[in-house]
Amino acid sequence: MTARDLLPIAVAVALTALVPLFVTTNTVLNFLVLVLIVALAAQGWNILGGFGGQFSFGHAAFFGTGAYATAILQTRFGVNAWAGFALGVAAGALAGWIIGYLSFRSGLRGSYFALVTLAFAEVFRILANAAEVTGGAAGMLIKLDMRPANFQFASRAVFFWVALALVAAALVLTRGIECSRFGARLVAIRENEEAAQALGVDTLRTKLAAITLSAGVTAASGCLYAQYFLFVDAQIAYGTWISVEALLAPIIGGAGTAFGPLIGALSLHALGEIAKLFAGRVPGIDLALFGCLLVAAVAFAPEGILGLARRTRPRLKPAAG
Amino acid sequence: MYAPAIVAEAFLNGLLTGSVYALIALGLTLVYGVLHIINFAHGALLTGAMFAVWAAHAGLGLDPYLAIPLLTPLFFALGYALQRFVIGPASHGSESNILLVTLGLAIIIENALLATFRSDTRTLATDYGFQSVEFGPLILSKPRLIGFAAAVLVTILLWLVLAHSDTGKAIRAVAKEKLGARLVGIDVGHVYAVTFGLGCACLAIAACLLMPTFYVNPRVGNAFVLVAFTIVVLGGMSSVPGALLGALFVGVVESLSGLYFGDSLGQLGIFLIFILVLLVRPTGLFGAKA
Amino acid sequence: MLVAESISKRFGGLTALNDVSLNVKPGSITGLIGPNGAGKTTLFAIIAGFLRPTAGRVLFEDRDVTTEPPHRRAQLGIARTFQIVQPFAGLTVVENIAVGAYLRHPRRADALARATKVARRVGLGAELEKPAASLTIAGRKRLELARALATEPKLLLLDEVLAGLNPSEIRDMAPVVRSIRDEGVTILMTEHVMQAVMSLCESVYVLSEGRLIAQGAPQAVCEDRQVVEAYLGRGAAARFRPAGAALA
Ligand SMILES: Nc1ncnc2c1ncn2[C@@H]1O[C@H](COP(=O)(O)OP(=O)(O)OP(=O)(O)O)[C@@H](O)[C@H]1O
Ligand SMILES: [Mg+2]
Repeated sequence: MTARDLLPIAVAVALTALVPLFVTTNTVLNFLVLVLIVALAAQGWNILGGFGGQFSFGHAAFFGTGAYATAILQTRFGVNAWAGFALGVAAGALAGWIIGYLSFRSGLRGSYFALVTLAFAEVFRILANAAEVTGGAAGMLIKLDMRPANFQFASRAVFFWVALALVAAALVLTRGIECSRFGARLVAIRENEEAAQALGVDTLRTKLAAITLSAGVTAASGCLYAQYFLFVDAQIAYGTWISVEALLAPIIGGAGTAFGPLIGALSLHALGEIAKLFAGRVPGIDLALFGCLLVAAVAFAPEGILGLARRTRPRLKPAAG
Repeated sequence: MYAPAIVAEAFLNGLLTGSVYALIALGLTLVYGVLHIINFAHGALLTGAMFAVWAAHAGLGLDPYLAIPLLTPLFFALGYALQRFVIGPASHGSESNILLVTLGLAIIIENALLATFRSDTRTLATDYGFQSVEFGPLILSKPRLIGFAAAVLVTILLWLVLAHSDTGKAIRAVAKEKLGARLVGIDVGHVYAVTFGLGCACLAIAACLLMPTFYVNPRVGNAFVLVAFTIVVLGGMSSVPGALLGALFVGVVESLSGLYFGDSLGQLGIFLIFILVLLVRPTGLFGAKA
Repeated sequence: MLVAESISKRFGGLTALNDVSLNVKPGSITGLIGPNGAGKTTLFAIIAGFLRPTAGRVLFEDRDVTTEPPHRRAQLGIARTFQIVQPFAGLTVVENIAVGAYLRHPRRADALARATKVARRVGLGAELEKPAASLTIAGRKRLELARALATEPKLLLLDEVLAGLNPSEIRDMAPVVRSIRDEGVTILMTEHVMQAVMSLCESVYVLSEGRLIAQGAPQAVCEDRQVVEAYLGRGAAARFRPAGAALA
């Protein structure tokens, strides 16, 4: 990875960081923070799904594990919020490794992998909804104590910057993967697993590393969510909504690219807001629209928004997968 | 411990639930067996069918059982069109694309229903909804017994159609050897769409049988979809008798674990079975080797 | 260098390989020929670790590798090409080759440099940045060869790299194969193009219906009565096999 690889990230992040200086309304900042949280979850999905071609339908399993771990550590064990954050990421990564080990070892791929991840997320959701340590169906509140030492900020702008820093870190991580042997091997597995094996790629190890990283990043998003709303329940943490968002954003934005998840998350949610503006308070309109976009993207723009933009440069490139 | 009669009743109730699961899973199995795709929109389509039954009853005063001859062809046509004009062309023949397109359809259907009907849970009021039949010490719900009989009948019928009719033969030919079927002049796209249509028709019948004793809301399909996947995986992915056996088994497991551990944990049992089967033996317990 | 000992492989009821043994000498170009469906690709898959034999052992440099997974064998120095080419369709030519080069060169710059060199070597120098999916069949065969070569193998298994090429393309490729051997890479190749086999290989094994029916110098083998029968008797029949079967 060279300075040239990092330049676009630095510019994009720096420009985004200026936003709270001009926009101070809470609604807009709330919107942007939510976009960043979704983008971070999607950046995690993108490592495994976009680069590795292993489509998880259950990234909620990692998002929720991060969120619950940090909430439980703080409220039940009095762990500092920042330490809780780090441990939450670790817990999510561990969940990723375990689920990956179980499914990749038994050779699950394609639809089977998607199904098994979905089932794991559902199992976690049911357990979290019933267990005592998670507060059961009532969920968990993190005690309000607005101090930076507690990963709580009186100003939304500061939270925005923290979230942005995490997204930036994930961007750098993704770019690093893109430029590394690990990334090349991961993409090779996506394109053709057997051929990758023939070239000396340990596919099991590579996929395990990918799902662990992927889960860790998505868990970071879960922790962020918990710190922002100071509340977690099973439907939020392990619900299908985040699994779908984490997958939708990269596919709309451009799977297997560094910026795809971020652009996808921003476009989707901006569109969702506009739809709400026009349709009023009809529930589900925004999601129905997302569904249409997903179908349209698969049909007409398999490389997402970034791919569409790149098509102005004439270059033949077939659909991935 | 529960009295034997209670356990027996839970067991039989499991079988009754399982028979309707079988109808739902049948559509999924059929589509998987022939198109080799996993239809993620299956649960949402079921929800759609259930709302159709509800609307027919609320709007036209149509009895759910009498809605069968109306909704079955309608959903066949809907399924045919979806596969022919949306799923087929949009996915360019790649497995992961199909997965995404059907996921997209699921999202669209579920949220369109939410936008139309809102999130309220609705039930049908029929005069036979709570009627029951007594067998000695056992009391079983009458509409669910009807559902059981109808589901078994439809399964057998479908099996006969697949085994003996020309359409069935074309479907099986495509399932086995797509290229060969195309070479002998079978319109593969048409057969795919017919299969998908049959899958949706099964859903319509299942919805008609379910509605007298069940409720509907825009998310109700989600509860069924993983169950249906579990059954399909248990049944060996593409076997009709496998799906029936798998469904009855899952119905019983759910009912008995619900009795012993409470309803939400009863579902947990199903998912754990599902994961275990996928991890240990993706060809299924009841199915032939793929 | 490579010893296959009494390899058998059954797929359900079908015996694809029956007690096949062969010995590839270091620095040689050894041919493996036989009619369609003889089991050549299956034997390659077993040597490279993609299939487990039902019975028998594979020894590479005196070491039993029968249970090693494919990627381990690649590390040890066994590389294979696929008869049905398997390009990473969404990647460029140089990226394709780099995946192989990464095996011995962990750093990106080194791997890309190495990949570029290998690409030139097999005649893909002009197409480095083209997507692999846009290559012609001849280009794809070269790409298969280049990727395998980029892993810097000791033993290279070439599964019909000349099939589907026209005579002038074959004339271009043959010297490339020979020059690879001259640099010390041992080669085991299957081929239907007999002319190429005759001119390239020092020794030839002949498979028919899963059995080894002859071995020796190419000239001698071609005059073997059993071999002639195996080819003429079944070679014609093979052409009329149903379409599906020929793809296997
Ligand atoms: N995975 C498999 N499952 C079942 N049968 C197989 C499998 N792979 C190969 N076969 C069968 O094993 C036999 C040997 O096939 P193989 O591909 O090794 O032949 P080959 O010598 O490479 O033929 P060709 O010259 O056509 O490439 C054939 O009858 C083939 O149909
Ligand atoms: Mg072959």
